[in-house]
Amino acid sequence: MDAQSTIAKRIALEVRTGMLVNLGIGIPTMVANFVPNDIKAFFQSENGLIGTGPVPEEGMAHALLTDAGGRPVTALPGACTFDSAMSFALIRGGHVDMTVLGALQVDGTGLLANWMIPGKMVPGMGGAMDLVSGAKRVVIAMQHTAKGKPKIVNKCTLPLTSIRPVDLVVTEMAVISFPEGRATLVETGPGVSVEQVVAATEAKLVLPDKIPTMRL
Amino acid sequence: MIPEGAILMIGGFMGVGTPERIVDELVRQGKRNLTVIANDTAVPGRGIGKLVDAGLVSKTVASHIGLNPETQRQMIEKKMEVDLVPQGTLIERIRAGGCGLGGVLTPTGVGTVVEEGKQKIEVDGKSYLLETALHADFALISAFLADYLGNLSYALTSRNFNPIIAMAADTTIVAADHIVPVGLIAPDHVVTPAPLVDYIVANG
Repeated sequence: MDAQSTIAKRIALEVRTGMLVNLGIGIPTMVANFVPNDIKAFFQSENGLIGTGPVPEEGMAHALLTDAGGRPVTALPGACTFDSAMSFALIRGGHVDMTVLGALQVDGTGLLANWMIPGKMVPGMGGAMDLVSGAKRVVIAMQHTAKGKPKIVNKCTLPLTSIRPVDLVVTEMAVISFPEGRATLVETGPGVSVEQVVAATEAKLVLPDKIPTMRL
Repeated sequence: MIPEGAILMIGGFMGVGTPERIVDELVRQGKRNLTVIANDTAVPGRGIGKLVDAGLVSKTVASHIGLNPETQRQMIEKKMEVDLVPQGTLIERIRAGGCGLGGVLTPTGVGTVVEEGKQKIEVDGKSYLLETALHADFALISAFLADYLGNLSYALTSRNFNPIIAMAADTTIVAADHIVPVGLIAPDHVVTPAPLVDYIVANG
């Protein structure tokens, strides 16, 4: 399995029946593909849809039914649509149980930077700041390193998305949580040793006695 | 009707729910120096992207411009001023503008670059940013159905910013996919009430 699929498949295990889940663009979008059939969760697209279904088959796209990236999606039976004020009331108001987002950097306490690289890439924060501030649980889906450099750092050098720390980081090498505000290695990726994770991580990791291999 | 230098709110999310026909006419007339308040600037050649392509926009207030390299180019070359606002904050500032409120208090952006220059207010021990209301001269919106009175309903994800901006401008112009007899949209299905709408055009 490639790195992105490993990450998405592991995060899919966090999805429970009845949850309202918001998936960001990129690897997070792939999470829906790995959620087991017996788990019935609601997926929100922040452009105004709950009940987002899979990408439509060729020729079946509806021009007025898209995801937050503007790509065609489907609406499952029981779906509902609403305006952007309602969409962000759901997000900021704590009604979203879990959001999955990408990241540029996460620091040792769980603080996230994911919306700009000053002087290089200024796409805008879109809905990311509201999602991190308001969702009940924030899960990060990202590759462990970028061009060989660690993305889990001592302190974010890029502008922060929120002062609210994330709850879980899933990479192809590790699952990291932040009990008491300290990055803690809770699972290692398939075929990856604890030492390899520590070597690819700049932030100091708390290492519990038992660190199982990633459940997939 | 829309002069050069006008402040416009334009509906749509990545071009879905943008009144293309009104945008096309602005491009045809070459109305310059526009301020655009919208979720995003779509992509080149689509929706608000057409106004950007034509060099008609001098200022953009949006949450995301990452999928329009032309907007980013004009911003870097300082041909266009871009004010990036978190999406939930942007829509609430517009909503406040249309609802007679001076602004809203939001936790979004506290402790980030977004809080620069803004008043921070503590309520029950929690910090919020005071985000002020936004108004426009014109709201350019897209609807699925409009009746002859101006009652509107929307289709699927094309609703997005449209019903909110319809309330926050001096003049609201709607491009409707279908213009239907009064009474065809059931009262419970009217999303934007007719008195908010000033002009209707058919969307192509």
